[in-house]
Amino acid sequence: MPHRTFLAFILPSIVAMLLFIATPIMSIAVQSLYIEHDKILVMSETCQPLGGCVKETRVDAEATAKIRHDHPLGKFNGFGIYTDHNHLAFADIGKIVTSNLGFNETAARIYDLPFYRALVFTLTYALTVTPLAMCLGFVIALAVNAVPKLLKGPVIFFSLLPMVVTPLIGSLVVYWMINADGILGAAIQLITHNPDLSLKASPTMTWVTLICYGIWTNAPFSFVVFYSGLQTVPSDTLESAMIDGASRLQRVRFVVIPTLLPLAVFVTLVQLMDNFRVLEPIIGFNAAANATSLSYSIFIALNNQSAQLFSSAAATSVLTIAGVLILMTPVLMKTAREFGFRT
Amino acid sequence: MSTIANRRPLSLAITSTAFVLVWLALAAFPYIWTVWGSFKVEADFFSRETWQNALFGIKTIQQTGEPFTGSGYYGAWIESQFWRSVINTAIVATCVTTISLTLGTLGGYALSRTAYRYKFWILIIALVFRAMPDITLVSGYLLPFFQLNIWGYLPTAIIVLVALNQPFTLWMLYSFFVNIPKELDESALVDGCSRFQAFRLAVMPVMWPGVITTGLFSFLLGYNDFAVTSMLLTQENQTMIPKISSFLFKIQAEGHVMYAVAAVVSATAPLFVLIMFFQRQLVAGLTAGAVKG
Amino acid sequence: MKFTLKAMLLLGTIALTSTAALADCGIASGSVRILSNDFEALKIVAAAAEECASATVKFSKNQTSEHKNLQVPALTSNPAEYTIAMVANNSVVPLLSGGLIRPLDDLVAKYGKDLEPNQLIKIDGKTMAIAFMANSQHLFYRKDLLDKAGIAPPKSYEDVLAAAKTLQEKGVIKYPLGAADKAGWDLAAEFVNMYLGYGGEFFEPGSAKLAINNEKGKATLATMLALTKFMSPDYLTYGADELNKDFQGGKIAISNNWGSLAGAAVDAKVATADVVANTMFAGAPTVGGGTTPAAALWWDGFSIAKNISDEDAAASFQAMMHGIAPDVAAKNPSAATWLIKGYKPGPTAVGVIQTAAGGAKPYPMVPYMGLLHTALSTGLADYIKGSQDADKAMAGVEAAYNAAAKEGGFLK
Repeated sequence: MPHRTFLAFILPSIVAMLLFIATPIMSIAVQSLYIEHDKILVMSETCQPLGGCVKETRVDAEATAKIRHDHPLGKFNGFGIYTDHNHLAFADIGKIVTSNLGFNETAARIYDLPFYRALVFTLTYALTVTPLAMCLGFVIALAVNAVPKLLKGPVIFFSLLPMVVTPLIGSLVVYWMINADGILGAAIQLITHNPDLSLKASPTMTWVTLICYGIWTNAPFSFVVFYSGLQTVPSDTLESAMIDGASRLQRVRFVVIPTLLPLAVFVTLVQLMDNFRVLEPIIGFNAAANATSLSYSIFIALNNQSAQLFSSAAATSVLTIAGVLILMTPVLMKTAREFGFRT
Repeated sequence: MSTIANRRPLSLAITSTAFVLVWLALAAFPYIWTVWGSFKVEADFFSRETWQNALFGIKTIQQTGEPFTGSGYYGAWIESQFWRSVINTAIVATCVTTISLTLGTLGGYALSRTAYRYKFWILIIALVFRAMPDITLVSGYLLPFFQLNIWGYLPTAIIVLVALNQPFTLWMLYSFFVNIPKELDESALVDGCSRFQAFRLAVMPVMWPGVITTGLFSFLLGYNDFAVTSMLLTQENQTMIPKISSFLFKIQAEGHVMYAVAAVVSATAPLFVLIMFFQRQLVAGLTAGAVKG
Repeated sequence: MKFTLKAMLLLGTIALTSTAALADCGIASGSVRILSNDFEALKIVAAAAEECASATVKFSKNQTSEHKNLQVPALTSNPAEYTIAMVANNSVVPLLSGGLIRPLDDLVAKYGKDLEPNQLIKIDGKTMAIAFMANSQHLFYRKDLLDKAGIAPPKSYEDVLAAAKTLQEKGVIKYPLGAADKAGWDLAAEFVNMYLGYGGEFFEPGSAKLAINNEKGKATLATMLALTKFMSPDYLTYGADELNKDFQGGKIAISNNWGSLAGAAVDAKVATADVVANTMFAGAPTVGGGTTPAAALWWDGFSIAKNISDEDAAASFQAMMHGIAPDVAAKNPSAATWLIKGYKPGPTAVGVIQTAAGGAKPYPMVPYMGLLHTALSTGLADYIKGSQDADKAMAGVEAAYNAAAKEGGFLK
């Protein structure tokens, strides 16, 4: 396809992305290099209902506004935000590593740093949920494909439920069900003969619960994509493979899977990315004490009650993108040749 | 698909049926539980005493005299005018789907038919775009949108959702288009069609499974979005999910959880129709493809 | 208690039905646009203000829990998207720091005849916001359970701990205590409450330098941890609402929860009969031999945007005066602990009133308090879980706060 035709076809898409994603991303990347101006603080008397009057510090709005007007981006800080305690924490890491504490203690101390703690859960979640949910989705797709035609619609609908019911309510209801007084929680206590078992108290159980919930909500996506992919598997190839004596498993292995491969790459990339940005389950399951993620750090920085930490959120976002890219490199490398440059 | 390749031994049929049943139970149980509970009062469905209250409706009988109550639905639909949000959501989801698919099929097709190196880079960059957490992007939109006076309107939210959804749509449609033999549109070009005609007349008919599937996801995105719509829309233009979230608890105050539950149950019903349609089109698209391919 | 509550509700309904006529707020013309949080009391106020809408007075409102993230950009644009921002101790601070709200003294003088002096939030003598309701955490307890164990109502956290021990030993209740210890905003609020009870200062005077790493801070942590020993093992997942649910279900004997949830705690629709009949409210307990109740006082109120015309500002102020008129509080006595003139506190408001009367401190309005709150919200989880010692927890909070304060331009 000549460049001109190509451009004509893809231009609307590119413009939308440039305007609403690329431009903000650039400004976010720039923002992450700046911090706020030194605030000009003044003492003032504050009187509040019932509490009486106190002398408190306050930001001198006019003086600060003037500085901000002169330098709207803030104070240049280079990669200062990236390396500070709440992010990559180079200084803390340096201190921990140089104090020769032995492997376990070093690891434990690094794990105490907020960014690395979030990173460990984020990675664990993304790297377990993605493959497991994809396998489950693929098997469901194969099984549903064999269901009688009349039942397919309802079966697909119910299979999609974990994905389509908004996580706002989905996680609330599931959370209530696994509560000690909820139906699943009570059932688990009954099965394990442990009336004090709680899925919410220990870190391990919280992680397992979050990962199971993740697989449950992610599997339908893989299922639908694979299911539609299965519709395009040429049946004459399947038949000739059968005539050649290929077993059922061999047919799946050598005919079905290769046809679905481009889709599988797509699903892997999308799922990996989405799971790397895990946020809703942590909030829905009130799990922040035992599991935090990078997106949760961003959420906290932006939902600060009085001053949003834009630079901090921007830096964590850039680090998230970097993390996603690193995670995807193997997948991309493997497919770059066959995918990118096939004529 | 009643070809010999799909005939299967009995044992396999049983295993696969059993598997589907187990999966359906897992997938649907929480939802069915929610549907059941939506007709109870809060003290039953979210009982801190025992889950059996939700089953027998002890408190529901105490409070309303009946084992089932429609008070959640009444509260959501009549008192809180949930239908307004439903209309807004219908507009947003439909527009997002149509625009996303229009832009996406054009772009995805072009990507699948070009041999130049930049195609790879466009796809990779689109991927990077998608890796950006939505919440950061949205908080960056606020000030410019307020200044341009475009904050709060449905078209703004729609365009933002389309843009955010574009990388996904492009990738997904590209993956489907790549599988379609090039000979199909090349022969159309030889027959004297323009590129666009070849795309519309030769490629699109066999593309239905891909387009329908991508459309389903675009629709669900518009339907289920919270990050964008909760921040970019005024109260009159609010869509369903932010509205549902406003029913829930907040720090220091009680919410109307049962309104939220009832709203979610009723919000899911239209999806049943949508998915039935989706599944039928999928099969129809398949036959069209099989004839021409 | 039940009787009075019912009687008041009844009175409220009568009052409500008798004044359905369109209100005359005395506004000639203008535009009134409200941005507020989304809970019942604020909805009542906004609905009352909406009565001022007319052919010449345009009215719109956006009541959303995202208001904190919207307010700064919305009021920065010129003209501002909203004329009125409903705020609280914490959310007014970014508006003040940004210089986005206007002094209200002339409007108060002109239209504020119904305002009480203690409703005015004054910064250096200038009225910047008008408060209309108060809130704080305070004691909820079950009289029947305490009686069963022969315990007097607790006055201090030491009493609470002793009572919990007795309740557990006598087998009255499995987990006698509850607190909103969910990692996040709630947990940090618990620390702030307790630390105020110990009489601690959060910052060095006149600067943003953190000052919580001291004996009082450690005592605060120790008390918080001691309390968790008598709570359900899931305590780290309990926010204020979940806590209230457990209380309604009769699973907790003593908790320190929000005044705004007191009505719900004894709501016969959701709570068990025992809870409805036997729940008592009281001011927040003191701690460590101090006399200050261990709870921060909060207020909700409104401010008027700076970037709007004087006409709109006057219209908005008048509409809000109608929204918080004395009869609004009289009609909805159990919706909040109103600060409005003539309000007679109902039985569910005693906790907040007693906490305030006991001399509780307001939640600090200094501009960097939010950063500390965030640092506490993530930094204390491990400690309260029991997997980190107090020194490490304090060091972690301090490091997180310092980094954030540096980014915010408060520390060099």
